[in-house]
Amino acid sequence: MIYREAGQFKATYSADQALFPIRQDQVGVAILLVIAYIVVPFVGNDYWLGSIFIPFLVLSLAALGLNILTGYAGQLSLGTAGFMAVGAFAAYNFAIRVPAIPLLLNFALSGLCAACVGILFGVPSLRIKGFYLAVATLASQFFIEWLFTRVGWFTNYSTSGVISAPPLSIFGHSLSSVWSRYVLTLAIVTVMALGAKNMVRSSVGRAWMAVRDMDVAAEVIGIRMLRTKLLAFGVSSFYCGVAGALWAFLYLGTVEPQAFDLARSFQILFMIIIGGVGSILGSFLGAAFIVLLPIFINIGSGMFGHAFRADTITQIELILFGGLIIFFLIVEPHGLARLWRIGKEKLRLWPFPY
Amino acid sequence: MVKTRVIGEVILKLENVSLSFGGVQALSDVSLQVRERQILAIIGPNGAGKSSMLNVINGVYHPQQGKITFKGRTRTSMRPHDAAAMGIARTFQNIALFKGMTVLDNILAGRNLMMRTSFLEQALYLGRTKREELAHREKVEEIIDFLHIQAVRKTPVGRLPYGLQKRVELARAFAAEPELLLLDEPMAGMNLEEKEDMCRFILDVNEQFGTTIVLIEHDMSVVMDISDHVVVLDFGRKIGDGTPDEVRRDPRVIDAYLGPTQAAPYHEKELFHGM
Repeated sequence: MIYREAGQFKATYSADQALFPIRQDQVGVAILLVIAYIVVPFVGNDYWLGSIFIPFLVLSLAALGLNILTGYAGQLSLGTAGFMAVGAFAAYNFAIRVPAIPLLLNFALSGLCAACVGILFGVPSLRIKGFYLAVATLASQFFIEWLFTRVGWFTNYSTSGVISAPPLSIFGHSLSSVWSRYVLTLAIVTVMALGAKNMVRSSVGRAWMAVRDMDVAAEVIGIRMLRTKLLAFGVSSFYCGVAGALWAFLYLGTVEPQAFDLARSFQILFMIIIGGVGSILGSFLGAAFIVLLPIFINIGSGMFGHAFRADTITQIELILFGGLIIFFLIVEPHGLARLWRIGKEKLRLWPFPY
Repeated sequence: MVKTRVIGEVILKLENVSLSFGGVQALSDVSLQVRERQILAIIGPNGAGKSSMLNVINGVYHPQQGKITFKGRTRTSMRPHDAAAMGIARTFQNIALFKGMTVLDNILAGRNLMMRTSFLEQALYLGRTKREELAHREKVEEIIDFLHIQAVRKTPVGRLPYGLQKRVELARAFAAEPELLLLDEPMAGMNLEEKEDMCRFILDVNEQFGTTIVLIEHDMSVVMDISDHVVVLDFGRKIGDGTPDEVRRDPRVIDAYLGPTQAAPYHEKELFHGM
């Protein structure tokens, strides 16, 4: 009854092609943005903002990057964390070598560095597909991790191989408080998510999906295979690179190459599988799920009076992840985002589904 | 049917095209001409090289020998997207739609070549991009009206029945505003009503927009009814070339379809009865 677009007539194609054509969605998104920008920073404490919301947003951004590549352009990649590492280390090097660089410019340049690396490692995608491509991107993951561990220049010859973010400020405001870092992260993620949504609903997005769904037909209607695939790698790696820079600068502050290991790549891949392959919303749902699940398990074990040891809880987490991934692959390959859509479609008819 | 359209100059010319895969000779020494605004049908038994022929024309396969001249430009091989840029569009024998996309997005994808904005402008979705999207949407809606698929425009094509998918594929090819439209068995697996609809669409496209059409079809009544010119292939060789009536009486074509017989003289045999 509530979620129904009856009576909302669209008289122009412009209205029909709007980002959120249905009024209920517009209201919902507006409320969500108000909560995220105003309510959360005031209500949330430093622990919730710094340890849950910031990593959730950053991982959402990385998942969004992978979703552009895997979900939209259909190119399976296991190099996500590697591209994040490029972003993080590029941001660090820009910051120490050009101290005057504005923070946002630094993030953008770091993303561009990651994009270049991504395009380089995307070249094999012209010849190989599917699992074979995944293995090729795996090589980039291992190579990048090795490079940052072994070549001292990238870490400014720090003996431990750890990089630390310098004191941050933006437009003269210091970013020492957690809530300011949260708002900055949120702003960057909002803008980039909007950009991704706009890309996937324009011709570049259609070219990506065409390549994903039927590459021969895509070429026959005039889509250039190499350019389209490399663009997907570039844009995806840009998102991952910015996510890596945010991870190092706004979330952790200090980071080592091992923070961007293969496990991180898999974690982000699981996010898009659970959240929804080929869905912007799914990237956020998947990230929320994977960030929040350990917290709920902790709370759950608290209800049992902390009867489980910490390592048992970690094991339970892994078991649950594994089980859920198999569940989603079998039952709902399009993830939480699809469940959300089905829910909305049901809601349109409720309570008279006939 | 009164045909008001005028068959024009030669738009596509294939000269002595040969194509082989390893030891298999798919096409040997085939020449043919297609004139502007013509509907040309390629027929022949299974494995005769009909689909290979279309693949050669739009650059999916590169012939080992021979020349292809399209709109006065000669080439021995080209990439499919170059062919698309020159105005050649096609549909496939097995439906090759983008299954995860809606009907609207599929047809819009057919116009991708005409979209000029860069991905950065598209990420911002302001001004130029928005105007471009709307302009193309308008064109696509005309095609949707033309092919009567308004009701399914927002449905993912994977969910549509077969006949409609075929129609959407025609829409996607036609959306590119091609000068030459290649249709690979547009009516395969359709019932009579769907076939009649599809014939109507093909004739309308040809008459209203002057699009040259090359089609492969097995249904002889369709071929004889709608085509101006028929080319017959058998084992990669061209064995017949002429108007439907000429081809129907050509002894070599009758041999290829019915097998050579000495018992009855050719004039007593009539191919494709009842038309």
